[in-house]
Amino acid sequence: MTEPLLYEISKAGRCSCRLPEPDVPPAELPADYLREDLPLPEVSELDLVRHYVRLSQLNHAVDTGFYPLGSCTMKYNPKINEAVCRLSGFAQLHPLQPVETVQGAMQLMYELQEFLAEISGLPAISLQPAAGAHGELTGVLIMRKALYDRGEMQRDVILVPDSAHGTNPASTSMSGLKVVEIPSDERGNVDLDALRANLSERVVGLMLTNPNTLGLFDEHVLEVTRRVHEAGGLVYGDGANLNALLGICKPADLGFDVLHFNLHKTFSTPHGGGGPGAGPVGVTAELAPYLPGPIVVLENEDERPFYTWRMPAKSIGRVKSFYGNFGVLVRAYTYIRMLGAEGLRRVAENAVLNANYLLSRIRDVYPLPYDRTCMHEFVVEGRIEGAPDVRALDISKRLMDYGFHPPTNYFPLIVHEALMIEPTETESKETLDAFAEALLKIAEEAREDPELLHNAPHTTPLGRLDEVRASHPKTMRLRYAPGC
Amino acid sequence: MPYIPNTDADRAAMLAAIGVERIEDLFHDVPEEVRFPELSLPEPLSELEIQQELLWLSEANADLNHMACFLGAGAYRHFIPSVVDQLISRGEFYTAYTPYQPEISQGTLQAIFEYQSMICGLTGMEVANASHYDGATAVAEAVIMALNVGRRRRKKVILSPTLHPQYRDVARTYTQGMGLTLVGDDDLGNGPEALAALCDGDTACIIVQNPDFLGQLYSPAELQALADAAHGYGALLVVVVDPISLGLFASPGDYGADVVVGEGQPLGNPISFGGPYLGFFATRKKYVRSMAGRIVGETVDTQGRRGFVLALSTREQHIRREKATSNICSNEALCALAAAVYLAAMGPRGLRQVAELCYHKAHYAASEIARLPGYELVGARPFFKEFVVRCPRPVDETLRYLLEEWAILGGYALGQDYPELEDCLLVCVTEMNSREEIQELVEALAELGQ
Repeated sequence: MTEPLLYEISKAGRCSCRLPEPDVPPAELPADYLREDLPLPEVSELDLVRHYVRLSQLNHAVDTGFYPLGSCTMKYNPKINEAVCRLSGFAQLHPLQPVETVQGAMQLMYELQEFLAEISGLPAISLQPAAGAHGELTGVLIMRKALYDRGEMQRDVILVPDSAHGTNPASTSMSGLKVVEIPSDERGNVDLDALRANLSERVVGLMLTNPNTLGLFDEHVLEVTRRVHEAGGLVYGDGANLNALLGICKPADLGFDVLHFNLHKTFSTPHGGGGPGAGPVGVTAELAPYLPGPIVVLENEDERPFYTWRMPAKSIGRVKSFYGNFGVLVRAYTYIRMLGAEGLRRVAENAVLNANYLLSRIRDVYPLPYDRTCMHEFVVEGRIEGAPDVRALDISKRLMDYGFHPPTNYFPLIVHEALMIEPTETESKETLDAFAEALLKIAEEAREDPELLHNAPHTTPLGRLDEVRASHPKTMRLRYAPGC
Repeated sequence: MPYIPNTDADRAAMLAAIGVERIEDLFHDVPEEVRFPELSLPEPLSELEIQQELLWLSEANADLNHMACFLGAGAYRHFIPSVVDQLISRGEFYTAYTPYQPEISQGTLQAIFEYQSMICGLTGMEVANASHYDGATAVAEAVIMALNVGRRRRKKVILSPTLHPQYRDVARTYTQGMGLTLVGDDDLGNGPEALAALCDGDTACIIVQNPDFLGQLYSPAELQALADAAHGYGALLVVVVDPISLGLFASPGDYGADVVVGEGQPLGNPISFGGPYLGFFATRKKYVRSMAGRIVGETVDTQGRRGFVLALSTREQHIRREKATSNICSNEALCALAAAVYLAAMGPRGLRQVAELCYHKAHYAASEIARLPGYELVGARPFFKEFVVRCPRPVDETLRYLLEEWAILGGYALGQDYPELEDCLLVCVTEMNSREEIQELVEALAELGQ
């Protein structure tokens, strides 16, 4: 079942969109500047609609089925969010309009800053970063600049646990700093001895995901952050897993100085097939002057409230044009307003409950490398007793035949054949049971008929794809080219 | 509780299966002294209430449906055919994530492949990625790519002074830890020739915008000369473009560009108070391994059927970690989908028509304003949809008058970025501006000028 490319259904002379005739006299075009041809497809509106509708039907999505992709928090995306961000009073605002004409939008942004500050315990927020990794870069640049402003120019190292997302070391490198990896201990925590050994006057700070990518809350987190602070460093919190902590604890109380939020994970804004997200950054009062901006500030709080833009005094600079992914911010604001404090705590509680329940259903069959109460997600090994040739990848592909999106595979790197499973709070017990049954059935299949797994998936639009071919210089095709 | 399906009975059964009594027992690893803080947040609202509140908040703004808009400066109001929002609103697209599992993500993968193909067609490049956060961050990533192509030995980057001021800011923010010097943008007089003269063996890239921030167009010949100068020193030429202009004007691939980036918002994405937008990014095939971001490639499945997968992922952070080409993970996929649907809906003739409408209307507005006593067009170059007007009265006063008396968003005050243009206004005209609106603007300016 394959869908032709738009270029393959293109026919010269077809057109979907008609524009009005010019209502002004034409001006002369500068002949030397013009292009000769423009290789875009020509399709009718109906062909266009059918093409994209058929393409959409080839996707698995939260709206079509369970999507327990660990670390990505694929929760339900409420439809009200999609309606309100399209209101013309939000979607039809120019970012450079005078502030007097956009007070409603600025009030929404200001209040969202306040909500995120309350949830995290970090008093100052910039909504500008567009994604989690963008927030990381922002946060590391803030830490670097703050320490350099103290005159501590020798600090050039960021400590990153070996369980961290790949974005952490990559963001560190982009900031011009060096990465030193800290191993995990046998319970999945940051190894305190290794931490101690690597703390020095060269350390800018530690990037810590808590709960970490094993889905485990670090049992020594207060000691970890205290030690980093004692060494003169700062602690960065990767908020990818914040869904587990809403109303459970404030990251600032754990000793985090900087934190990014993934609004597209924790606060229900859609993942969009790979964005747009939003990665606001929160910091302590001490680091507030370094935030990127402009950010929204409230003047005249008591009399006539007025919102305006302000660039923080020692800002690292802009990280994006304008102010952030506003359409995403509207969705997150809506979500927080609908849940309130109690609702957010229920989100975290049920996310953690669902994960632990699902774990309890499969733990006798799938090896659990760190046997602890998990938070919102957990990692098991994708290997099955009595089926030595079956790998995590096979299990993942077979899950597709049961109508499920597979868990995250082969991450975190410290677990052999990792399957990282995050059910989220928006899934029902029935769905979790069905998924657990599928995993248990697959374990039986693995022993009885391993080829069934090796050749999976069987029911999807396409079978396994040749990824080597797509990246090999001789066979690589990264765009449509006629005649190929 | 909204969006949480577990009932009390479900919870009891699940806790029993786990072997704990209460949900609170699952949080024993959280230090007791910080556990379960009270959050001070507004009381929760029902969907009915939040809908009303947000309608009210949105109406506290003056939106572009209720004003004549001549403001551009990097965010543009263009026509968006209805198919765009209808198609990107399909849950199968917008509630999926990065297509890590190709067998059940062919929709997203093929759509990105087609987007890459159309961006290549538009820019005259050979490869494109799945998008960056916006035009500004695409410029910053172009700088980093040029450094990588230069094996991190080149430490100088030349920026045109008429590259969008915010793009220059973001490039500086991104590279502040890299020990670079960014030069060239301190003198508004630095045109292509002057920028070429700054180039040397330490230069990683030269970045120019065409049409530039002031709306001016540079000829293919003069940019080819700049490309030749850059290449003479082994540096790259990065060209930042308005994608709508490429419906009409030569593609940067035709005049020697190595990297073409820009703000993709004009392609089917609402102006939305500055985001979400998308940065498009395209380059020559020989640099593909230095490029950041997701790339989709064509391949076959086990039965030989054509399919699409994420390609060249060994460049990326989830594989290469600190040695990756960038830290980017989530990009702006849904905005890129909107851009792809838009480009396909327009086709080559539609996009050319949009570009021509912008061009003719902007020139009509410019010529009418130029006839007013006291007003003067600045710059002798051809322009696309934006142009600079020197005003007889202070720009702030002009803008306030247009807004308050005429409900017109008059343009962008250039003095905030260029002191020498303190009395100048950047006016933007697109296909959305009717002749009547333009005449009103002219009438209003005439009245103020007297």
